[in-house]
Amino acid sequence: MPISPKLAPQVVQANMAEIAPRYSAQEAIIEANRCLFCFDAPCIQACPTGIDIPSFIKKIANGNLTAAARTILTANVLGASCARVCPTEVLCEGACVVLDREGEAVKIGRLQRYATDHVYEHSIQVLKPGPKKSGKKVAIIGGGPAGLGCAAELAQLGHHAVVFEKKPYAGGLNTYGIAYYKMTPRASLQEVEMIERLGVEFRCGVEVGMEISGSELEKEFDAIFVGVGLGGGARLKIPGENLPEVVEALDFIEQIHAHPLHQVSVGQRVAVIGGGNTAIDAVTQAKRLGAEKAVLIYRRGQEEMSAYEFEQELAKNDGAEFIFNAMPLEIIADKRGHVAGLKLARTVSSNGKVEVLPGSEFVEPVEMVIKSIGEQKQIELLKKVFPALELDKKGVVVYNRQTGQTNLAKVFTGGDCANGGREVVNAVAEGKKAARGIHSSLAGQKIAGPVQPSRYGVNGEPMGSGFDRPIRVPELEADYQREKAAKSM
Amino acid sequence: MADLSINLAGIKSPNPFWVASGPPANTAYQCHRAFEAGWGGVVWKTIGDPIVNVSSRYSALNLGTTRMVGFNNIELISDRSVETNFREIAEVKKRWPKHAVIASLMVDTRERWHEFVKRSADVGADGVELNFGCPHGMCERGMGSAVGQRPEVTEKIVSWVMEAATIPVIVKLTPNITDVVYAARAAKKGGGNAISLINTINSITQVNLDNLVPEPYVAGLSTHGGYCGPAVKPIALNMVQSCAADAEVGLPISGIGGISNWRDAAEFIALGSTSVQVCTAIMHYGFRIVEDMIEGLNDYLDSKGFKSVMEFVGKAVPTLQKWETLDLHYQRIAKINYDKCIGCNLCYIACEDGAHQAIALVNPNGHGLGPGRVPGKPIPEIKDQECVGCNLCSLVCPVDDCITMVSLSNGEGKMSWSDYQTKLSRGEMKPIPPHP
Repeated sequence: MPISPKLAPQVVQANMAEIAPRYSAQEAIIEANRCLFCFDAPCIQACPTGIDIPSFIKKIANGNLTAAARTILTANVLGASCARVCPTEVLCEGACVVLDREGEAVKIGRLQRYATDHVYEHSIQVLKPGPKKSGKKVAIIGGGPAGLGCAAELAQLGHHAVVFEKKPYAGGLNTYGIAYYKMTPRASLQEVEMIERLGVEFRCGVEVGMEISGSELEKEFDAIFVGVGLGGGARLKIPGENLPEVVEALDFIEQIHAHPLHQVSVGQRVAVIGGGNTAIDAVTQAKRLGAEKAVLIYRRGQEEMSAYEFEQELAKNDGAEFIFNAMPLEIIADKRGHVAGLKLARTVSSNGKVEVLPGSEFVEPVEMVIKSIGEQKQIELLKKVFPALELDKKGVVVYNRQTGQTNLAKVFTGGDCANGGREVVNAVAEGKKAARGIHSSLAGQKIAGPVQPSRYGVNGEPMGSGFDRPIRVPELEADYQREKAAKSM
Repeated sequence: MADLSINLAGIKSPNPFWVASGPPANTAYQCHRAFEAGWGGVVWKTIGDPIVNVSSRYSALNLGTTRMVGFNNIELISDRSVETNFREIAEVKKRWPKHAVIASLMVDTRERWHEFVKRSADVGADGVELNFGCPHGMCERGMGSAVGQRPEVTEKIVSWVMEAATIPVIVKLTPNITDVVYAARAAKKGGGNAISLINTINSITQVNLDNLVPEPYVAGLSTHGGYCGPAVKPIALNMVQSCAADAEVGLPISGIGGISNWRDAAEFIALGSTSVQVCTAIMHYGFRIVEDMIEGLNDYLDSKGFKSVMEFVGKAVPTLQKWETLDLHYQRIAKINYDKCIGCNLCYIACEDGAHQAIALVNPNGHGLGPGRVPGKPIPEIKDQECVGCNLCSLVCPVDDCITMVSLSNGEGKMSWSDYQTKLSRGEMKPIPPHP
């Protein structure tokens, strides 16, 4: 049976409404006042862009939202989208000392959104283009978070950045690939517009490698930033994969962004294959779009899922079901060639290996299959644009983590195509670092920081921030638990 | 059950909690509600020749998300007629014979004072309180704080009142004076039976940064208001204790100023108040707050083995002495409990920038702090040799009992500044070298 939209416009709008809407002024003040204004706040170190979090929260508490947004956007030009999509539980909020005092961290993400919404809503441009134009031109391949982070920093340093984006709009996954209830495309596009006002030029609908070649870019531009992210979804390589109701999770999510919500088709019963955060986004949105049953299928056990626990909770609360230790064998079609079911087999996973249990096959009747088993590396594209660019054996670009520089002197990189696929906030930070690397190679000037100048650590050395030395809370947590266990023995 | 009843200069009430003269004590209706809630006494909103009030009248100081940490008003004395007020006092007294009802008065001439004091006694008031304290409006007409700020005038008017008084007279003092003890002595010299303090403090709570007019706003202008609420408690305690400790004053005290709960009340009583008066907290939460005050004070007195409030009055007065009597050899230092430390390092920066540079940031080796356990993120460590025991770190620490102040025994006997000066003059010791 072909799939179709399921719900009336008002119903689906309500279902897909933001789960963490903007604070009211009063909520923001109350929350902001929970912040202790730590001297050397660990949240700053847990933020890959090193936002001076206590400072911006203090500014909210004191009623200066523009200044709060300035603090945020100076460190992280995509502060508004990161406020919505960052896994704050494992970053800033996971490191918040108030968590230890009260059992609940300061809601840094929501405060960040409150401050940044203010400047976008009132069209206040807090960032300014560099006062002196360098006359240097930099091409940015890919208008996603890494490219935007790079372009915005370059513009503020006085360089002319030109973003080449193959889609009609820039913003990358922020515009096209975030669960609708977390962030609407509008929130991403207003950031793109703000960066455009910094003097960044956008050439959308232009595919590098097709309309313009790598060597042409090298001739026209003084430097190039490669921020092409990851490619299409990986293939299941099972029969039935080409049936019309088998879609990529990111394509499914893009559909939701490109059409009115009540026109997005979804099966009565939907299977989502995969165990990551995107799989959660897909299964949750399928449910919210009106699927009677939405089931996430993962070939390993729950403990091996890469989706964050709080994301899994969200899906469960939405009524999504989970089938663990099940491997898709075949997508079954009905007589008319539409998806009718998913043939699965039970698995056992041990020591990272997954084995199918013979004779354990069963069929899950579904009308739609959403694949979310990871994205492919952009090996083909990268080889085509820059044949001499060095990639590692996984297919990601080899680069200097501090400067973003690749083996080609003029070519810099950052974001998913270089780090293999991390958070939006990592991509922005890497884009910014690469911009500084480019600036240093073009202007011979090094830019340090952000170091919190008043914050000094052992031996009087600056503490730096997450931008220089990022920490990750889950690893800290694990270390701490180990330490505690060792102590108690 | 401790005996909560009190006797202040002959005024008896079932407990020490009185509604202070102000908006909550404006009508018989409010007094009935107050007594029903459990208040022991009411000091009626000041009665005098009729006045006219402005709109608006109140303003507040908020702190973070806490409302009305401080409060001020530009409201004058009762705007109801003298007849209405006295009639209602009679009504209230009839219905609540065992509760204290005190008439607060403010007039100008000797004759008017005589008249008002007599009328108060005639309607059955248990006492009168002379309002020598209001710092706004009435003082411009030579009354209120204009009286309380000049001891000789205070003494004069109290003596006029005493000529006609047949019931106890409480003199309410203004804090808007260099040393309130002089005013208290004047009240005593004039023959007053008790004092009450503090009245409100001259204040401006805030300026509206859009129109540049302070609050409370009255048609494009404002005026100095009387400040009260929790923020004034320390000032009030200081003045109450000063009067309680002064040998020349020697009058029972009704304590006023920022009292909001039983702890505040207990502190005022410990520093010499026989009764306590409450206004702002009632304006914030209503008369019901007295329930916790009664219960809390009772449980406290029981737990400390006091049989009655009266027995507890003034118990902390002697522990406050001149600076020169304090022991220069006493030493305490800060101690950090790392099991409680959450890693905010506020203690470090407070000591470093704001005090004595006696906290170091050191390697966290061995200390698994909470979520703030960033690798290599330094933790605070007290430099015992540098710590002067100032308390600052323990005050800024956001975690209860994380930084405590520990007394050190250095084996040296007590030596006060006075002792030190004596020893120096006798050549018994060398001067203590200055701090480096």
